[in-house]
Amino acid sequence: MAEASGAQGPSGQGAAASYAVIDRVGGFTFRPAGDWSVTPILAIDDDLRAFVAAKPVGESAVFDMSALIRLDTAGAWLIDRTVASLEAQGVKVSYEGLKEGHKILLDKVGEGGVPKPTVPERSSLYVEVVGRIGAAVVAMGLETLTFVEFLGHVLATIWRSIRHPSRFRLTPLVHHMEKAGFDALPLVCLLTFLIGAVIAQQGATQLRRFGADVFTVNLIAIIFLREVGILLTAIIVAGRSGSAFTAEIGSMKMREEIDAMRTLGLDPMDMLVVPRVLALLFTMPLLAFIGDIMGLIGGGVVAVMQLNMSPAVYIERLRAAADFWTFGVGLLKAPFMAIVIALVGCRAGLDVTGSAESVGTQTTSSVVRSIFLVIILDAIFAMFFTAVGI
Amino acid sequence: MESGNQIVEEPIIEVQGLLTKFDDHVIHENLDLSVKRGEVLGIVGGSGTGKSVLLRTILGLKSPDGGNIRVFGKDLEMLPEDERRAQERRWGVLFQEGALFSALTVAQNVQVAYREHLHMGQKLMDELAAVKIAMVGLRSGAADLFPSELSGGMKKRAGLARALALDPEILFLDEPTAGLDPIGAAAFDELITDLAHTLGLTVVMVTHDLDTLYATCDRIAVLAERRVILIGTIDDMLQSEHPWIREYFHGPRARAAFAGK
Ligand SMILES: Nc1ncnc2c1ncn2[C@@H]1O[C@H](COP(=O)(O)OP(=O)(O)OP(=O)(O)O)[C@@H](O)[C@H]1O
Ligand SMILES: [Mg+2]
Repeated sequence: MAEASGAQGPSGQGAAASYAVIDRVGGFTFRPAGDWSVTPILAIDDDLRAFVAAKPVGESAVFDMSALIRLDTAGAWLIDRTVASLEAQGVKVSYEGLKEGHKILLDKVGEGGVPKPTVPERSSLYVEVVGRIGAAVVAMGLETLTFVEFLGHVLATIWRSIRHPSRFRLTPLVHHMEKAGFDALPLVCLLTFLIGAVIAQQGATQLRRFGADVFTVNLIAIIFLREVGILLTAIIVAGRSGSAFTAEIGSMKMREEIDAMRTLGLDPMDMLVVPRVLALLFTMPLLAFIGDIMGLIGGGVVAVMQLNMSPAVYIERLRAAADFWTFGVGLLKAPFMAIVIALVGCRAGLDVTGSAESVGTQTTSSVVRSIFLVIILDAIFAMFFTAVGI
Repeated sequence: MESGNQIVEEPIIEVQGLLTKFDDHVIHENLDLSVKRGEVLGIVGGSGTGKSVLLRTILGLKSPDGGNIRVFGKDLEMLPEDERRAQERRWGVLFQEGALFSALTVAQNVQVAYREHLHMGQKLMDELAAVKIAMVGLRSGAADLFPSELSGGMKKRAGLARALALDPEILFLDEPTAGLDPIGAAAFDELITDLAHTLGLTVVMVTHDLDTLYATCDRIAVLAERRVILIGTIDDMLQSEHPWIREYFHGPRARAAFAGK
């Protein structure tokens, strides 16, 4: 003899779920009672599992369903599961007082069979660690390959657009030039101005100790024109436009818009990728140029205020400190960085799979990857320029 | 609630004088609709007549610009937050596009309501999800797939499994059989009828599928001219003189669907 009952569900529908097990000659009677719907049954689920696991003795069991007030698919599943486990233990089960509606429900639920729990395979820590490292290395290799392939594909498409100018999309190009270039101006100007001022201020404080504070101007000119101006611009563009490229293309990919384009005979490369790459290619050098100027102005403001230098003297000293190549070395990097940022952004967008989550992951990785590559590229350029002596 | 398909003459959903619009674009004007407890109601109407919008308005996803809507005898707009949530648990919805959560597998999609509302243990959740997934006719391997890996018809079924998770009292279906093969669609019809009978479920479905209308619906509401122009049984539809209804129920497709029935 066993009994269990569950509390009334929070939705307050009907009575609680309960069941009674009554011994009988040759077996037992199982009598569910009350409201066996999804909320109340939660309270008896564990009891019922324990009851079955204890292997109740008897050759036959009668399920007396007459006291059951309400049954839904969740409750039906509990009964069906119990019956199936009992039968697996060799107990013959029969129903009594089963209503027609409940019978249909039990049949419906039983059709699927008892689900097999899926246990994920677990390997040892050692295998796991080595496996992950290996997978990461392989993934990185593949990524490099696909990136180079993508670069080739984009260059081929651009070459084709040059030969057949009618394929070229001017409107999106102008649109992206405005969004990625023109709209980025205020941010680029403000940040380069501030960093220029900060470098000048810090430089002046340190150099004053040696009485060399006039060389602050050289410091600003070299460090800003060669390195900081372009790096800062590239990082801003990667964060602003690279991420936007990924999110735009990614959500189009997710909604099958890119597939739709293909079926209409439109090449997503022509429509989406090339305009974005060219837009950055054209606007990044300009942005970097303006960034350089703003940095120099920021440095100049500090020089004038802190070093009591007149603007004319500041410009004079700038001229002496920086020649054409100081400027050129910085700006020369701009188109390369632009291509890297645009390619990484577009590629990440096209790599989006069906889920909304993957748009987020790809956007993050696009920004991280393009900033990483920009800095690597900068280091390579530094080595190159040192080698050729400019 | 006993088994059997007894239709109680008390409206479970009551819409009176509904006005909905997007800016100046009026979709419904003076629309009345009443759904009885335990019936299967089909809503038909041409594309763009506002069937989906009507469902969304009843569900409280769009607030009406006029008139009132009472579900389970209560006006959703007037309810405090927690009662509103409790009410939302008593219905299940299958959206036209499935609207599955893309970051979750099919099984996890079904389990969302169990996890959030009932704090159910993982074991029972897995079992119940498997039951629902089998019930809507998906093979068990589909449980661990993500929505992006499903076909259009499979998405529909997975959406239905999610809608049925809490054994709701009302089931709203937006074009449930669109995109299903005829055998699958017939199984779907049978499933809806079975559920309606065994669970005492009230079903409100938008459908263009004449076979579904014929096989499952107790009554049909026709949406045209911004309101429900006729509500009644198939026979009422067949007898109507309204030109659109005549064309709909006497067209070649309709004749094929009703032939021999
Ligand atoms: N978010 C929205 N903003 C503006 N107008 C909308 C919006 N949603 C729907 N509409 C308009 O409301 C009208 C009804 O749309 P609804 O989606 O309800 O049509 P439907 O009857 O479900 O058609 P179908 O059978 O094609 O699904 C359409 O004219 C549509 O343009
Ligand atoms: Mg619709």
